[in-house]
Amino acid sequence: MNVIEVADLRKSYRAPDGARVPVLNVPQFSLGKGEQLALQGGSGSGKTTFLNVLAGILLPDSGSVRIAGQDLARLREAARDRLRAMHVGYVFQTFNLLQGFTALENVLLAMSFGHGADRGRARDLLARVGLSDRAAYRPRQLSVGQQQRVAIARAVANRPSVILADEPTGNLDRTNAAAALALIRELCGEVGAALLLVSHDNDVLSAFDRTLRMDELNRVESPVAGAGR
Amino acid sequence: MIRAGRAVQLLVRRNLRQHALSTVATALSLALAGGLTMAVFVIEGQTRAAFTGELGFNAVLGGRGSALQLVLNSVFHLDTSPGNIPWKIYDEVRKRPYVEVAVPLAVGDNYLNYRIVGTTLDMFNKLEFQRGRRMSVAPGGRLFDPDLQEAVIGSVVAKRAGLTLGSTFNPYHGITYDPAQRHDDVYVVVGILEQTNTPNDRVIFIPIEGIFRMSGHTLRGDGGEYTPRRGKPIPDAVKEVSAVLLKLKAGQPGFHLFQEVNRQGRVATLAWPIGSVMGEIFDKLGWMAQVLRLLAYLVVCVAAASILTGIYNSLSARRRDYAILRALGAKRSVVFVSIIAEAKSIAALGALLSFGVYAGILTAAAYVVREQTGVVIEPWVAHEALWVTPLAMIAIGGVTGILPARKAYATDVASNLAPLS
Repeated sequence: MNVIEVADLRKSYRAPDGARVPVLNVPQFSLGKGEQLALQGGSGSGKTTFLNVLAGILLPDSGSVRIAGQDLARLREAARDRLRAMHVGYVFQTFNLLQGFTALENVLLAMSFGHGADRGRARDLLARVGLSDRAAYRPRQLSVGQQQRVAIARAVANRPSVILADEPTGNLDRTNAAAALALIRELCGEVGAALLLVSHDNDVLSAFDRTLRMDELNRVESPVAGAGR
Repeated sequence: MIRAGRAVQLLVRRNLRQHALSTVATALSLALAGGLTMAVFVIEGQTRAAFTGELGFNAVLGGRGSALQLVLNSVFHLDTSPGNIPWKIYDEVRKRPYVEVAVPLAVGDNYLNYRIVGTTLDMFNKLEFQRGRRMSVAPGGRLFDPDLQEAVIGSVVAKRAGLTLGSTFNPYHGITYDPAQRHDDVYVVVGILEQTNTPNDRVIFIPIEGIFRMSGHTLRGDGGEYTPRRGKPIPDAVKEVSAVLLKLKAGQPGFHLFQEVNRQGRVATLAWPIGSVMGEIFDKLGWMAQVLRLLAYLVVCVAAASILTGIYNSLSARRRDYAILRALGAKRSVVFVSIIAEAKSIAALGALLSFGVYAGILTAAAYVVREQTGVVIEPWVAHEALWVTPLAMIAIGGVTGILPARKAYATDVASNLAPLS
């Protein structure tokens, strides 16, 4: 069973001059339950836009995107938010932790939008990523490696169907990058989530059995850099 | 939404703590506004009630002039007397069948600025200073003997002037203390009144005969000048009184007497009904109360605007947080509600603190009013302003949150999640 199914996906942006600039043209893509795939792509290749579309943050111009069996195009925004909370875990390059909140609260907040805040499980998750003694720390009080581990714990907090990881090791040194990657993969396995990881780091890509280049996926030849914003 | 409620709670708490300084500053300005608003309404309401409330008598007869001045002088012991009326008018009116109580007053002397009022024992035995309440002497004391130079003093006079039972004092001429105006007469304190929380607490009552016979006083009740002599009775014809407190039977008598005294007569004035006479002063000063209310509302508006600007200005810094929350699955409504709740929380904190400001203003105002008039203002009596104002503040807080909440609601997730360079 596929947790991600994409067919004839097209996405474009309106340029300042009013013209539509195509960013994504993905005829077909799928990811099975528990499967782990690395997507290789450089800056401006449309990979972040692709992840945002899969997460339901952006809507495609046309085509079908099904996450956990539900067609995003047919869902209202609130339902897409709900789907994202329940079925999608997102790990960002810059971690995107909420600065005013502790590590524990960052995990709890994510839980509160999904199955509900469970303080015990949140603590367990932080212990699982090796941060049981840092639960009350704010992001600024943590190292970058620790911050990314909090972000990973947060991403799996709701036992999602799929984890989307956008350059998750991009801001980490080699040691922390390897540790973070291993942690993501392990936790995905533990919660039964599929993993779609985007990276241009060969060390990261080589760790995956299955990799896919963005240009193999996306028929748009030279998407505008930064269009994902 | 129940699960999201926990998130909203957490978000609000964190945002308030993160912006603690502006939260406290805004809450304090709201507290000032709320306290001021409540104080304006309560002080106005209480002073109006105190000055126009139910007295145990309903009319005052006095010298020709302003009814308001007459009431202020004879009931609230403020201002000067508009003049005296001959004793015979008092004597004639008190015998009328519709007059239940008539108490004469003679004023014009003081002791250390506390006014001395000459009167009869009816002041204590028959007159109710408030409906159902008569003045009574505290244990150990007694009422004065009308034929002796004795005094019954108000509770405030006793405390402030240091007079106790058995103390003696010399009255001073005039209503303000002037050492050069000392009368030779010596009075002894024989009773201290129980506290009434009225201007009577600041008065020294002596027999009216004492005022007539006070050294240096001249009586002009018959148009001529008469100086009383020790041991010789004073003819009623020469006596005069400053005012007569009247309790008239219900119905037409008041109106008839009003017509007779004010429309047909030229010597006296009847202030009736007292509540209406005093109401006039508040009606005339109504614009001042309006201005105060308007000012209070303006301060509330300024404080509300500070909530708006405080949250609005912090939005750009928070936009990324909202995008992160949305990426985690938070609905737009969660973001919207969290900002409204934050604005309401600041307003609620302000409302809570406003009771402190209110208590401070009321304590100061009550002190001033009591010092100046003897009227006691109770800060914590039930008044609708005490619950309407805090609730209105919270509601206004919620409304001011709408604009920033709408802006946050519209946060574009994808663009705000982009890595910061």
